[in-house]
Amino acid sequence: MNSILSSVLPAPEDPVLSVIFACRDDPSPVKLNLSAGTYRTEEGKPLVLDVVRRAEQQLANDLDKEYLPLNGLPEFNKLSTKLILGDDSPALKENRVVTTQCLSGTGSLRVGAEFLATHNKESVIFVPNPTWGNHPRIFTLAGLSVQYFRYYDPKSRGLDFKGMLEDLGAAPPGAIVVLQACAHNPTGVDPTFEQWEKIRRLVRSKSLLPFFDSAYQGFASGSLDADAQAVRMFVADGGECLIAQSYAKNMGLYGERIGSLTIVCTSEDVAKKVENQVLLVVRPMYLTPPIHGASIVATILKNSDMYNDWTIELKGMADRIISMRQQLYAALEARGTPGDWSHIIKHIGMFTFTGLSEEQVRLMAKEYHIYMTYDGRISMASLSSKTVPQLADAIHAVVTRIA
Amino acid sequence: MDSVFSNVARAPEDPILGVTVAYNNDPSPVKINLGVGAYRTEEGKPLVLDVVRKAEQQLVNDPSRVKEYIPIVGISDFNKLSAKLILGADSPAITESRVTTVQCLSGTGSLRVGAEFLKTHYHQSVIYIPKPTWGNHPKVFNLAGLSVEYFRYYDPATRGLDFKGLLEDLGAAPSGAIVLLHACAHNPTGVDPTSEQWEQIRQLMRSKSLLPFFDSAYQGFASGSLDTDAQSVRTFVADGGECLIAQSYAKNMGLYGERVGALSIVCKSADVASKVESQVKLVVRPMYSSPPIHGASIVATILKSSDMYNNWTIELKEMADRIKSMRQQLFEAIQARGTPGDWSHIIKQIGMFTFTGLNKEQVEFMTKEFHIYMTSDGRISMAGLSSKTVPHLADAMHAAVTRLG
Repeated sequence: MNSILSSVLPAPEDPVLSVIFACRDDPSPVKLNLSAGTYRTEEGKPLVLDVVRRAEQQLANDLDKEYLPLNGLPEFNKLSTKLILGDDSPALKENRVVTTQCLSGTGSLRVGAEFLATHNKESVIFVPNPTWGNHPRIFTLAGLSVQYFRYYDPKSRGLDFKGMLEDLGAAPPGAIVVLQACAHNPTGVDPTFEQWEKIRRLVRSKSLLPFFDSAYQGFASGSLDADAQAVRMFVADGGECLIAQSYAKNMGLYGERIGSLTIVCTSEDVAKKVENQVLLVVRPMYLTPPIHGASIVATILKNSDMYNDWTIELKGMADRIISMRQQLYAALEARGTPGDWSHIIKHIGMFTFTGLSEEQVRLMAKEYHIYMTYDGRISMASLSSKTVPQLADAIHAVVTRIA
Repeated sequence: MDSVFSNVARAPEDPILGVTVAYNNDPSPVKINLGVGAYRTEEGKPLVLDVVRKAEQQLVNDPSRVKEYIPIVGISDFNKLSAKLILGADSPAITESRVTTVQCLSGTGSLRVGAEFLKTHYHQSVIYIPKPTWGNHPKVFNLAGLSVEYFRYYDPATRGLDFKGLLEDLGAAPSGAIVLLHACAHNPTGVDPTSEQWEQIRQLMRSKSLLPFFDSAYQGFASGSLDTDAQSVRTFVADGGECLIAQSYAKNMGLYGERVGALSIVCKSADVASKVESQVKLVVRPMYSSPPIHGASIVATILKSSDMYNNWTIELKEMADRIKSMRQQLFEAIQARGTPGDWSHIIKQIGMFTFTGLNKEQVEFMTKEFHIYMTSDGRISMAGLSSKTVPHLADAMHAAVTRLG
């Protein structure tokens, strides 16, 4: 039949979703899904933090449902900025910071990118190779042109620091550079403190504009301050940067879509103008952000008891992931699996690039019912003490069989 | 000092926000804010519906409830129930699986997602919007990449619908153009077509192959009846043709800040609908990945429980009735004062807003002398009135009209 929408083609299958569907359809009782990007408990269950439950129950009796301002819940914005920049940040004291509540990390990146597409002189944005799959889509749709800089080194399964500096050194002045603040997705590879300092110097000397994606503050190492160190180094030098924050992982607020975009400017006057223009991006996108999750975050961050409880639960999650890394590494060592697997304990955060090839990944799914994305990325957050031996067995088998 | 943002210009102030700011700064004890775009009780307070509180308590105290990501298209229950609410449970489009519904960030987010989808997948990129229309409409469509044109809608002479002009302008639109239609309770004028006029609009649009994009932000809130307020949409869907519908639960459930809405795209076959949905996901994913869970869970909880649903319709009718009562009271108060002119449009217009017909000078006068705040186009929010404040408003209007006639 004739239809004006009949020329619409089906969209390509999402690779992460196709793995999830294959796992879902697998009837094996020992199947293991390591592709999901969300935290799981030792029992393999989703986790709602106790402190989140308490905050939510408190709010359910108090809150009205009025529109938030276009830039979000003011209290949430202030507290978010302090969390990432630190209480004593001069940028905060000098009112050089513009913070806008957005829809988690993705929404923050999109709003920031649309703002930059209109107001930054240079429309090229450099992203790490590889990077989170949504990054290029976000930036391209916002009107920026995406280029890559070397980041991950498959040989050492670590950082290609030399390549990174070379590529950024060749970037045009004013280019935007996406930097994952910690717990790089999908590799788990982060620069060291000393390397961050060299990156900062290069970025500043070449007048590149840093755009931090901070999706794992506190969740990566267990320390909010340690995980914010890279961002704070850049802010401390008085230069400009953008920061996208997400509370999906560190507060377990995945589906509430809570995040913020912070733009650090060089003066209060510039900050005021930037703020007005950011709102012109938000208004035609969704008018105002959602109130519920931001209220939960604000409630926790402003109450010292709740804040302390949160940091304890946050460290509990981070420690469990670190423990999984240790256990997996030890299990592979115990099996005498060929190769150097120390990257498993060097990598940081939820994800690890195992170094397995696509062929090995497919074999693990077929023979051992272990599902991960085809680039060999596994989510450490989906492992448990009970499932580590199974994974180690599978890795050992495929590595010895398909070297 | 050198700054990559030093060339950023200060953006223009938002006029509606400016009204509220001025109202907040006014120390007068008799001030009235008629610029606010949200419902208020007789006491001038925000209202959280009882049924919303109950649903929220139920959700918050459910230990099995988690905060996982929901699908890119939103909560499945919410989407199905939203489509049924606007199209009717017995709609053939639903039974034939020809509708794809995507949870979005209230009405604005639905419009934006729909517009970006059309920009990429529709052969015509011109969208016609009524003159006047909600101030955010042109911004949403322009930023999505569509080009905006206007069709005549409001007639200042009659303070009603310029139906002849509307038909002429749409009749001259290029084949395939998109047409934005307010399903009911037009914002900012309050002027709606009659049922007979809607039928003529439908016939014209289908014969010219124009694509309707409905903005349905006030279903149930306009007249008190969910079915009545959905009639225009259902008239178009019933003919088997295609259309888009942006729904909002901000007003009718009072969920303003929760940002709950849905975009429905009615297609001609289930196969097309499936492909359309897959492409809409590619619009949403790079915008915000997936929509927020909380408000949509509240809506789904209410819509799927017959007790809660019934309680909702009662509270919804109460809000609509109070607004109608304000219109009636204001009209009578003006009549009682013998204010010159025909003010019957106040009771003919529908929904939260009314275009009073007052001009800019009269509006300024009312603000300065009577502390009554509204936008300069003479739009007032009836929801911001109460029995206690109607006499004050009538006094002010009488003074403004007789003095600055």
